[in-house]
Amino acid sequence: MRNLFRGELVRLTAEDPEVSAKIEVHWQRDSEYRRFLDAEPAMVVSEKWLKDWFEKRTEEGFSPSRYVFSARTLAEDKLIGFFSLWVDLVHREAWVGIGIGEREVWGKGYGTDMMKLCLQYAFSELNMHRVSLGLMDYNPRALRSYEKAGFRLEGRTRGDVQRAGRRHDSLWMGILREEWLAMQGGEKV
Amino acid sequence: MEQTMFDIQTQLFEGRDIRFGSIDYEKDPQVESRWTHDSDFVRLYDIEPARPMSPAMVKKRYEKLEKEIEEAKNLFYFAIRAREDDRLIGKALINRIEWSNGNGWIELGIGSADDRRKGYGAQALQMLLRFAFAELNLFRVTARVPEYNEAAIALLKKFGFTQEVRRRQALERDGRRWDLLVFGLLKDEWANQAQA
Repeated sequence: MRNLFRGELVRLTAEDPEVSAKIEVHWQRDSEYRRFLDAEPAMVVSEKWLKDWFEKRTEEGFSPSRYVFSARTLAEDKLIGFFSLWVDLVHREAWVGIGIGEREVWGKGYGTDMMKLCLQYAFSELNMHRVSLGLMDYNPRALRSYEKAGFRLEGRTRGDVQRAGRRHDSLWMGILREEWLAMQGGEKV
Repeated sequence: MEQTMFDIQTQLFEGRDIRFGSIDYEKDPQVESRWTHDSDFVRLYDIEPARPMSPAMVKKRYEKLEKEIEEAKNLFYFAIRAREDDRLIGKALINRIEWSNGNGWIELGIGSADDRRKGYGAQALQMLLRFAFAELNLFRVTARVPEYNEAAIALLKKFGFTQEVRRRQALERDGRRWDLLVFGLLKDEWANQAQA
């Protein structure tokens, strides 16, 4: 069986609230990163607020509908990002949120490696039928990375994001279980 | 194009045969409980698993809803009532509004089969869009519809919505997979149409 938590460049981890809060307070100062993540107004919150928030999540324990992973580089064991899966167990659809807060590792294949692990987890551990995500049209690097991972563009919602003084489209992508399986080249998953 | 056909005297909550009202905690739970016992309605309206709700459960949901309206400030909800006898016939809402982007998601349902195909849905959608664009000043509205809800798709197209996204096989019902469609309407498109 494949190792679910180890890729070619990163490994997946769970981090304690202090660690997550400390790194997040650093990442959130990068507004470009925040604006790639979602369409909510970019803002900053205190390290204490973040720690409380991560602690609350730890206390609540594992949810059957949400799976969160942090990612560390294999080379230096550096915490670089995270991904989350929001799971609809009835229709077997999972939504991905993914981010790399450490901008010095952008464009070096870490995101692609993380997404590979994310899809492997969604399809071969959670048994999803499809995986979905959304991004903004001002993030072409993410679009290329998701296409490489096997996602197909399924449409765009016109002008639903307003940023830097102009209207942008959200792009919506999806990958089906059979499409992901076909990409595994007959290898056992 | 500037919108000129409405002015400050226009009654936002009055239509020809229907009106937008608030929740009636005495009467409405009975009525909405009846709707939830019709699995066809629930499955057309929502992608959550259909389940019947008692009047007490509906009442709890109303309380939760009004709390969310007060706290989140990104949700507007209307009970659709027939003008002739004030009875509850459906619900219309705009939620998940992102104020910085001017986008909101609309939902609309006519609960009882007897009240469908009478033009109530079209009147409610017209009023909901007028509220979204002429009162909330949204830039666009978005609607999500399963591909099997043909009546809803026809209604959205009639109002000028564009199908923007087809999320392949996002639902599973009755042993097969269905696509989930996303429709959008921009304020300009709505204004030009209302003018014509």
